[in-house]
Amino acid sequence: MNLLGHYNYIVVVVLMMLGFYTVIARDNLVKKLIGLGIFQVSVFMLYISIGYVSGGSVPILTEGVTLYSNPLPHVLILTAIVVGVATLALGLALVVRIREAFGTVEEDEIRLKEDAEG
Amino acid sequence: MDSLIDVVLFAFLIVVALAVARGRDLFAGAMLFGMFSLLSAGLFLIMDAADVAFTEAAVGAGVSTVLLVAALSLIGTEERARRRSNFLPLAIVVVTGASLIWGTFDLPPFGDPANPPNHHVVPRYLEKSGEEIGIPNVVASVLASYRGFDTFGEVVVIFAAGVGVMLLLGGRKRHRQRKERGL
Repeated sequence: MNLLGHYNYIVVVVLMMLGFYTVIARDNLVKKLIGLGIFQVSVFMLYISIGYVSGGSVPILTEGVTLYSNPLPHVLILTAIVVGVATLALGLALVVRIREAFGTVEEDEIRLKEDAEG
Repeated sequence: MDSLIDVVLFAFLIVVALAVARGRDLFAGAMLFGMFSLLSAGLFLIMDAADVAFTEAAVGAGVSTVLLVAALSLIGTEERARRRSNFLPLAIVVVTGASLIWGTFDLPPFGDPANPPNHHVVPRYLEKSGEEIGIPNVVASVLASYRGFDTFGEVVVIFAAGVGVMLLLGGRKRHRQRKERGL
């Protein structure tokens, strides 16, 4: 394997893990959602990297161009981006309701309050 | 030149992601997330994914940031410092990351036209979609026609999320009014 040929993949994994760390190490629910978003965008980058063809062009049919990048990952990721925003909106709505019910958006404080209520 | 931009953008992305993971201010976190989306949109453009780039710039950097800021206006922007130790999450992340990087060694080299994902159904889309669908943008042809059911499923998901948000937040005003009237 050559390191430069895998640069994109390795950086994508690093970004993914930074998002993952934000999700599991922070107690704040909004911060967790932001971490989840970073994880998600890293997955998009992985897909687009796999579909990239060096020397290829944007997959819009043009006279005299024969080599195009792979359009299929682009389609999948277009769908995923929009679904990602839908999940973010739903997650934030849940966080707003949690804040109203518990008065906090910190996970450990919520757990303490739940235990206190029995 | 493209690979230089690629390397620089990825370096920026890592800095932004680190700032999100370490920072304490949620408003700054929301803004950094917008930056992250915009930088990744630039990266998508470098990798010939124009449609993905402008969707990410409009939806990821635009709509997501607006949603986050709107939610923060209801939640508040301070984040309390963490009391537990960071060791366990860090260990989990390092182990997972190392095994994933090990997994990437088996992936085909970046940008090679002979890579397996570029075969199978993709050449057919590129050759035939022009005459079959009649528009030059292959991504749009695949999205709206060949994989139209996927897009329909996406619309159903957005509808479900919209209904969910309305059910979660829509009843609040009525509930509050009822509470004020002492019911």
